[in-house]
Amino acid sequence: MEAIETLAQQEYKEGWVTDIEMETAPPGLNEDIIRFISAKKNEPGFLLEWRLKAYRHWLKMKEPNWQYMAYPPVDYQDIVYYAAPKNTPQYNSLDEVDPELLETYDKLGIPLEEQKVLAGVAVDAVFDSVSVHTTFKDKLAELGIIFCSFSEAAQDHPDLVEKYLGTVVPYRDNYFASLNSAVFSDGSFCYIPPGVRCPMELSTYFRINTAGTGQFERTLIIADEGSYVSYLEGCTAPMRDENQLHAAVVELVALKDAQIKYSTVQNWYPGNEEGKGGVYNFVTKRGVCKGDNAKISWTQVETGSAITWKYPSVILQGDHSIGEFYSVALTRNKQVADTGTKMIHVGKDTRSTVVSKGISAGNGQNVYRGRIQVMKRADGAKNYTQSDTMLIADRCGAHTNPYIDVGNNSASVEHEASTARISEDQLFYCKTRGISTEDAISMIINGFCKEVFQELPMEFAVEAKKLLGISLEGSVG
Amino acid sequence: MALLEIKGLRGGIRDQDIINGIDLTINRGEVHAIMGPNGSGKSTLGKILAGHEEYAETGGTVRFNGKDLFELTPEERANEGMFLAFQYPVEIPGVSNAYFLRAALNERLKYRGEPEISAGAFRRLLNKKMEQVDMDPELARRPVNEDFSGGEKKRNEIFHMAVLEPTLSILDETDSGLDIDAMRIVAHGINQQRTADNAMIVITHYQRLLDYVVPDYVHVMYQGRIVKSGMKDLALELEEKGYEWIREEVEAAG
Ligand SMILES: Nc1ncnc2c1ncn2[C@@H]1O[C@H](COP(=O)(O)OP(=O)(O)OP(=O)(O)O)[C@@H](O)[C@H]1O
Ligand SMILES: [Mg+2]
Repeated sequence: MEAIETLAQQEYKEGWVTDIEMETAPPGLNEDIIRFISAKKNEPGFLLEWRLKAYRHWLKMKEPNWQYMAYPPVDYQDIVYYAAPKNTPQYNSLDEVDPELLETYDKLGIPLEEQKVLAGVAVDAVFDSVSVHTTFKDKLAELGIIFCSFSEAAQDHPDLVEKYLGTVVPYRDNYFASLNSAVFSDGSFCYIPPGVRCPMELSTYFRINTAGTGQFERTLIIADEGSYVSYLEGCTAPMRDENQLHAAVVELVALKDAQIKYSTVQNWYPGNEEGKGGVYNFVTKRGVCKGDNAKISWTQVETGSAITWKYPSVILQGDHSIGEFYSVALTRNKQVADTGTKMIHVGKDTRSTVVSKGISAGNGQNVYRGRIQVMKRADGAKNYTQSDTMLIADRCGAHTNPYIDVGNNSASVEHEASTARISEDQLFYCKTRGISTEDAISMIINGFCKEVFQELPMEFAVEAKKLLGISLEGSVG
Repeated sequence: MALLEIKGLRGGIRDQDIINGIDLTINRGEVHAIMGPNGSGKSTLGKILAGHEEYAETGGTVRFNGKDLFELTPEERANEGMFLAFQYPVEIPGVSNAYFLRAALNERLKYRGEPEISAGAFRRLLNKKMEQVDMDPELARRPVNEDFSGGEKKRNEIFHMAVLEPTLSILDETDSGLDIDAMRIVAHGINQQRTADNAMIVITHYQRLLDYVVPDYVHVMYQGRIVKSGMKDLALELEEKGYEWIREEVEAAG
């Protein structure tokens, strides 16, 4: 398999830094910094109080230290917790937007102008920590849909924020979620009113920018009774030398009969061949099916970051509610992806489906960590889990850690796992049909990931396939 | 100019030659059958010609289409018109047969500097070829060879050949594992591909296939060499007498 050895050598294609004047907080973390952030953002009092409670709790917590997560110690006093483009203006048209920023989007291949016309995708672009541009807002507003930056929501809809913030991921949840709760910079907020079907995919492009700025995004999505929303999150990051911590929190609330579909394509800088300089991606994503017949689906394609630690989960509280998790995680070079899901069955006849596809190349380590928990009163709960692994080199690793915790006899929990390798014979077969090794690998991998890709919205699926292709390109000699 | 010209070819795996000096010239329009006992090197010859990484030539020359074969990568050889039907076809989970063939065909078109085939045109082509080799359309939708029966896999190889229209096909025991009807159908499919412009190497153990796909020449391979060549009657003689007399001849010669 020597040909495949080089699989991990592909240069990161999205590497560059944009120079936009920043107004930054001094590095370090203390109560004053938190007050500074909150004041900068004109936040209501309850939010500052909540941040401070989280901070005080975080001080008492211990950083997790898990098996596949060894990373150099993070100096939390060396991080800049607030950075924003000056004056954070609200633009009326694209002409007013900093051209350098627009150029940034061009490099990402997402010109806002075109997106306005095309695709029907509203883009709430989070550039560093503050939203500078939101499209389609008016159209959405007609339907009563709120889609804005978290900061705006805190000012314009404090009641909704206060009601739901921290109800899915409490500020005490885990080390990184607590840190996020204390210092979160910005993120997206979305509220779909009862009975409304959001007519377009809502999409946010995150990008880590200012050197040394940890990213602490906070996203809160609420689908009120009988509503539907599909949300897309996509990320790339500039190449840089020092490690960057990213600790986002995403909370989803689906009320009775509501549906939330949350799709992610994550491509942060994974570090060089030695793993140096990559992003640490420690994310807490959780949804609650609060009402009966609610449904939450997570779909993710993870190709970036040096270390990923991420378990999008669903609490199936309402009866007959449904939770889904579809995941593709690709690791190469020295990347580590420790990902999976938790499905917590609380209500009766709740159902969950988990499909996890891990691909390891180079020295990549891929861990599937899943927990299926069936509570005592969850009569008739059903789970189906499938975790498949594909190995594309000899030094890479894959680990499956399913935890099953069933407290109800009528529940059924099923787990299937498989490990496959791309064989020399398969590659030879493709070559005798005129298909190059690279194309063959990307074809086989796309085939392997099919069940997940078909859950992604069309344009996103195309992007995801391209991303896997790029990630594996040059991997073969 | 010959389509394929093999001169003094030797080669095999890492430290051991399996092919010990082969000379063979194949012109367009010809069908050559290669027979010979198990382990004589027939499949190895096919793999070396097609460019399997584990096998390497250690001597001699091969010209294909006027080009030095060993200067071409395996996929270039394929796109130049070489095709290997596998003795043991390989499964490719998750990739539909039709998708796979379209990718292969487009590679070929790209290699020739021609535009890619449209979805509609490809569908029509596929239907026509499925008919030619009497292929169940369901098998075109399913992942390449995955959970196909032994016979279905063999038939799929001929289907691939029909779609890709190679100039030189090396069919490695495509007849083994086929039931009597399937053998006739596959033979019919092969004959349909037979034109004045292309050539075939048919590796087989059985005279029966050669009743349908009548070869111009028959070669017997033994210990990595072609030890006897003749016309189609040679196949009948082998069927009747086995290989013992060939062995004796070789040993007598020395
Ligand atoms: N990769 C390999 N490693 C070790 N030995 C090999 C390898 N490939 C082929 N051989 C050996 O080379 C010889 C020729 O094998 P080959 O498959 O070419 O025979 P064949 O003529 O096709 O036989 P059959 O009629 O049984 O298909 C055999 O002795 C086989 O064991
Ligand atoms: Mg053989």
